[in-house]
Amino acid sequence: MKWFDYAAPGSLSEALGLLERNPGALLLAGGTDLLVQMRARRKQADLLIDVKKAPELNELSLDAGGLTLGASVPCYRVYGNRDVARAFPALAEVAGLIGGTQIQGRASIGGNLCNAAPSADAVPLLIALSARCRIAGPGGEREMAVEDFCVAPGRNALGAGEILVSLRIPAGGAGFGAHYLRFIPRNEMDIAVVGSGVSVRLEGGVVSAARVALAAVAPTPLFAREAGDSLVGKAPDAAAIEEAARLASAAARPISDMRGPAEYRRHLCGVLTRRALTAAVAAAQGGK
Amino acid sequence: MSTQYTVVGTRPVRHDGADKVTGRAIYGGDFTAAGLLHGFILRSPHAHAAIKRIDVSKATAYPGVKAVVTADDMPPAPGDKIVDLGEGETPLSYVRGNVLASGKVLYKGHAVAAVAAVNPHVAEEAARLIEIDYEVLPCTLTAPDAMRDGAPILHADLRMKELGQKTDRVSNISDHFRHVMGDAEKGFAEAEVVVEGEFNTSTVHQGYIEPHNATALWNNDGRIHVWCSTQGSFVVRDATACVLDQPVSQVKVTPLEIGGGFGGKIPVYLEPVAALLSKKTGRPVRILMSRQDVFEGTGPTPGSHLKVKIGARRDGKIVAAQAWLAYEAGAYPGAMVGPGAMCVFAAYDIANVVIDGYDVVVNKPSTAAYRAPGATNAAFATETLMDELAAKLGMDPIELRLANAAKEGTRRADGPKFRKIGCVEVLQAMKNHPHYSAPLGGPNRGRGVAIGFWFNVGLPSSCTISVNADGTVNLVEGSTDIGGTRTSVAMQAAEVLGLRAEEVLPTVVDTDSVGFTGVTGGSRTTFATGWAAHDAAQDVVRQMKERAAKLWEAAPESVTCERGVYQSNGHSATFRELAARIGETSGPVVGRAAVNPRGVGGSFAGAIADVEVDPETGKTTVVRFTSVQDAGRAIHPSYVEGQMQGGSVQGIGWALNEEYFMNGSGAMVNSSLLDYRMPTALDLPMIDTQIVEVPNPAHPFGVRGVGEANIVPPPAALANAIHAAAGVRMRRLPMNPPAVMEAIWRKSTSPDS
Amino acid sequence: MQSKVHVQTTINGEPREFLCEPRQSLLECLRDTLGLTGTKEGCNDGNCGACTVTMDGRVVTSCLVLGVEAAGAEVTTVEGIARGSALHPLQRAFLENAALQCGICTPGFLVAANALLEAEPDPDEQRIRLWLANNLCRCTGYDKIIRAVQQAAREMRGANA
Repeated sequence: MKWFDYAAPGSLSEALGLLERNPGALLLAGGTDLLVQMRARRKQADLLIDVKKAPELNELSLDAGGLTLGASVPCYRVYGNRDVARAFPALAEVAGLIGGTQIQGRASIGGNLCNAAPSADAVPLLIALSARCRIAGPGGEREMAVEDFCVAPGRNALGAGEILVSLRIPAGGAGFGAHYLRFIPRNEMDIAVVGSGVSVRLEGGVVSAARVALAAVAPTPLFAREAGDSLVGKAPDAAAIEEAARLASAAARPISDMRGPAEYRRHLCGVLTRRALTAAVAAAQGGK
Repeated sequence: MSTQYTVVGTRPVRHDGADKVTGRAIYGGDFTAAGLLHGFILRSPHAHAAIKRIDVSKATAYPGVKAVVTADDMPPAPGDKIVDLGEGETPLSYVRGNVLASGKVLYKGHAVAAVAAVNPHVAEEAARLIEIDYEVLPCTLTAPDAMRDGAPILHADLRMKELGQKTDRVSNISDHFRHVMGDAEKGFAEAEVVVEGEFNTSTVHQGYIEPHNATALWNNDGRIHVWCSTQGSFVVRDATACVLDQPVSQVKVTPLEIGGGFGGKIPVYLEPVAALLSKKTGRPVRILMSRQDVFEGTGPTPGSHLKVKIGARRDGKIVAAQAWLAYEAGAYPGAMVGPGAMCVFAAYDIANVVIDGYDVVVNKPSTAAYRAPGATNAAFATETLMDELAAKLGMDPIELRLANAAKEGTRRADGPKFRKIGCVEVLQAMKNHPHYSAPLGGPNRGRGVAIGFWFNVGLPSSCTISVNADGTVNLVEGSTDIGGTRTSVAMQAAEVLGLRAEEVLPTVVDTDSVGFTGVTGGSRTTFATGWAAHDAAQDVVRQMKERAAKLWEAAPESVTCERGVYQSNGHSATFRELAARIGETSGPVVGRAAVNPRGVGGSFAGAIADVEVDPETGKTTVVRFTSVQDAGRAIHPSYVEGQMQGGSVQGIGWALNEEYFMNGSGAMVNSSLLDYRMPTALDLPMIDTQIVEVPNPAHPFGVRGVGEANIVPPPAALANAIHAAAGVRMRRLPMNPPAVMEAIWRKSTSPDS
Repeated sequence: MQSKVHVQTTINGEPREFLCEPRQSLLECLRDTLGLTGTKEGCNDGNCGACTVTMDGRVVTSCLVLGVEAAGAEVTTVEGIARGSALHPLQRAFLENAALQCGICTPGFLVAANALLEAEPDPDEQRIRLWLANNLCRCTGYDKIIRAVQQAAREMRGANA
C-alpha cells in the first residue's frame, strides 16, 4: 500500500471541509472493503478520512416514522439494538449476514452501499424497504432513493466532496413484511451468487404494495419494479408469488463468472424471490 | 489388545501446548533479528511469456531499498545436473527456475525478481517499479489440452519419457508409464457387468492458514542461516544449498513452528531468494508471502483427468480394471500421478489390470504434495464406479468392496504385494457402524461410502535422548511438529523408558544439531521418528542397565528392566533413582538412534457420508459424516482422530467447493480465502471417527501413519451420497451447487443420465 | 510530509504507545512494533480470522484495522487471555480436547470464543459455529474446537454459578 495520511474528524462539517481540501481523499468507515481494495491496488488515496467519529454518521435512532441509520454504524449495532431488531427484523438479519462476526464489528450498512458492489447484501433489502439516502456536500444536503445510489460496479452517485451521512428507512407497521435471502455455496463468509430482497404490504388480505430487488445479477443492485408491482391487487398466494418470481428472473441480467454461470443465476433469482416473498408474506400476515 | 501399554494409547496434553494457546510459540513469520530487512517478490502477471528485458534501476534507486535480485544473481547455469531433494530426481534448472524465473515465466505468479528494503511497504512499492518486457505466449492450462499436438510447449528441452524409455519427442508430457498385471482385455471379456466413466478434478490447494515465510542471513563467514516454517528442515537445507551451489554444510536451517503444510511446505520458494538478498546486503532478510502469493506461487495439487473402467462377474467378483490417468504437474514435471496409479485400485484384489499414467506440464503453479498426493483424484473415479457397480449388481456397496478387498499377499498392479493391512477390518467397521444403518432423517438426503489407501513413506529419522538427573529425559529430534508429533514421538520413548509422557521433554532442533531427518510428510513422523525414539530409548535402557550393574557391582546381563524398574540380584531401582546416580558411574547417558524404514505400513480409511441436496439450488449440505481408519496402533488417539477429522474436512472441501478458477489467460481469479471456499465451522457437522487397529507388524508399537489416507474417500463418498439424494452421477470435482443443479437439469431432460 | 503517528492505546490492560505509519494495520503494529506475535496473519484481508483481537470489547480482524485507529481504544490479544500464570478455561479446554494441531489459527479462535462466552455463557453448537465462521482452521475439521468451547462454557458457567 502506498503511503497515505489519516484524519479522524469529529463532525460532519469537519469531514466535508477535509474532503473539499483533499480531492485525493477517500472515506473510511469500517474499512473492510476499502483496505482490501487498497492493498490489492484497486483503490488509492492520499488521505483517509475516518468518518466513524462524526456523530451524524454514527446515529442509530428509531422514531414513529422510521429508522435513521448513520452511514458508519457497524452491523453489530444494528442487530444488537433490541428495538431496531424488533422494528426492522429483516434489516437486523441482513446486518448479521455481512461478513462474519469480526467483519460485523467494523463493517457498516452505509459502507456496504457506498462500495456499490453488485453483490452487496444490504442493498436489495434497502431498496425493498424504500430507504432514502441523506447526502451532504459542498452545496448542502440532498436526498436520493437508495435504488438510484449505485450507478456502476464499484461506483456510486456521490459527487465530488459529497458524503453519505445516513439512511432513512420508513417504518413498516402492521401488514408489512420484508425479507432478504441470498444464495452462497458456503453458509457464511461468502459473496452472494444471487440475492433477493423483498417487501410486501397487505391490506385486507390483498397486496397493496410490494418491492423486489436483486443482488449480483446486474452491474448494480437491481430494482425489479415489475416483479413487485405484479403482486399489487392480488392475494399473496402461491400463483401470484410464482409470477413475481418469474418476473424477477426475467429482469435479471446476470453474467457468468467464478461465482456462477448466468443461466444458474437467473434460475436462482426465481427460487430466492419466491422463497423471500413467501417469508415476507408470512411476516406481514403475522404482523411482524 | 493383547499388549498392555501404559503410555501408548493415552491422551496427554501436548508438550508445546502452553506455548501455542498463549501466543508464545514462535512461528516462522514471527521471527525477527537485529537489522532485519524485508523482502518482496515480484511475480509474473502472465501465465506464459518470454522475459525480454528486466530493468531494475528504478527499484534499486528507490529510497529505503537495499538490494534487488533476479535470476541473474543465481550461480552459473547448472547444465543438466540432476538432484534428488527427497521427492524424486529432478533437473536442478527446474528447481532453480521455479525459485526465480530465468528466460521465461511459466505461470501467473511465477517469481521474477525480489527487493529487500527497510519495510515491506517500501519493498513492494519499489518492486512495482521494476520494468519487465514480456513477450506473451499462448498458454495451456489443462492436461488434455497440453497433450494435444500443436499445444504451446512449456520446456523446449523436455523430452517425453515413454514406457521407461527416453525419446526425442519434445512434449508437455514428461512421462508416460504403464503398469500391467494379468490380461485386462481377457478379463473384460469375462466380465458380465462393466462400469466406466471419465472424471475430472480441479486444481486445489492445501490451504494451510500460515503463509510461507523465510528469513535468511548470509553470514560474513560465508555460512547461510535460514529460519522458516517447513515440513523438512533438512530438505530446505539441501535445496537451498543446491540452488545456491553451496555445500550442504554451509547452510544451517532452524525450523520454527509451522502453521500447517499438508505437503505444501516441502519445496523451497523463499529461502534461496532471502539468502541472495542477504548476501547483497549483509543483513538478515525476511520474506513473507501474501495469501495471493500462496495460491499463485506455491504448489497446489494437480488437476486431473481420468478414465476408469471396472468389470465384474454377476457374483460381484471384479475380474478386470483399467485406468488412464493424466495429471497436471503445473509448470515443471512431477505431478503425483505415480502414487495415483499405485493407489487407483490398491484397495482391491484384481487379477487383470492395466494402468496408464501421464505426467503433463501446464501453465499453472508447479504442483506439490497434498495429503495422500494423487490418491484422492484416483479414488474419486474408482470409488464412484464401485458404487455404480454395486447398484448394477444389486449388492450392498460395502459387501461388494468386502468381496474384493485387498489382504495380506494381494499384489498391486505396480508390483508390490501387501504385507499385513487393514482394508477388510476398515470395511467391517464401516458396516457395523451405527451410522451405516441409521435412518436418513429427511427428504432429499442420501448416504454414500468410499474407501481409500495411502502408504507410509519411510525416509530417515534421527533422535537422541539424554537423561536428566531428576529422572526426566530430553528428546532431540529433527521432525518439525505440524500437529502434535512432539508428543506422539515422546510417548513412544516414554513407553520404552517406563516414564510418563510428561517426563520426556521433546525439542525440535536445527540441522546442525541432529542427524538427518526426512520431511514431516508421507504419514511418517509418528511412524518413523517414533521408531527412532523407540530405538534411542532402548539405547538408553541398555546404558542404564550398564550403570545399574556398575552401581550394584553386578553383571550387566543380569540387570532387567520392566516398566522403568531396574533389578538385579535383589537390587532394585526406578529410572529416577538410577538417573540421580549416573554421576557416580561414568558420566552422562545419551541414547541415540537413526532409522530408515522401508516398505512397511500403509493405511486404509473409509468414509460414510450423509448429505442433503437442495433440489432447487443444487447445494449439498453434509449432515452426518463418519471417518474410519486403520491406525495400526493409535499412539495418541486424540491426535489420530484429529488427523481423521482434518483430512475428512479437506476432502469435503475438495469435493464440494474448492477449485482454482482459471480465466482463459491463465490467471486464477479466486486467489483469496473469500473466493477459494474452504469449509467454515458453519458448513460442517461433527465428524465422527472410529479408529481401527490392525497393528503394523514391522513397527515396534504397530504404528501406521494416519496423516493422509483419511482425505482419500470423502469426495467419492459425497459423490455417491449426492447420487443417492438427487439421482445424479457427478463426474467432476468440485461438485459445487451450479454443477449439481446442471446435473439435475440434465437428468430431467434425459432420464437415463 | 510523511511522518509517523504517535498512538496511545491500551493493550491487554496496560497502557502502551507506539509510532506507526497510517498505512500500517493494527496487526502489523502488534506484531512488528510491539512484539506481540501471538496474533497471526493468515490472509491480510479479513477472511481467515487468525488475527482476531478485541477492540473495545468487539471482535475484529486486526488486519482490517489501521494502527492509528487503536488510539484511545482497549485492545485484547491472545497474550491477554491467560489469568496470570493460570491458563484460561478456554486455553485449558483447547489443550485437553486436542483442539489444535498446527496452532496457527488457535490465537484467533481463543480470542473470538472468549468474546462469545463473555457475552453468551450458554451458546448451542450452531451458535458457536456461526460465531466462529470467520475463523478458518484447516487442520482439525472444527470438531474438537467446538467441543473445547462447549467444555469451557460449561466450566465457566459452573464457576460463575
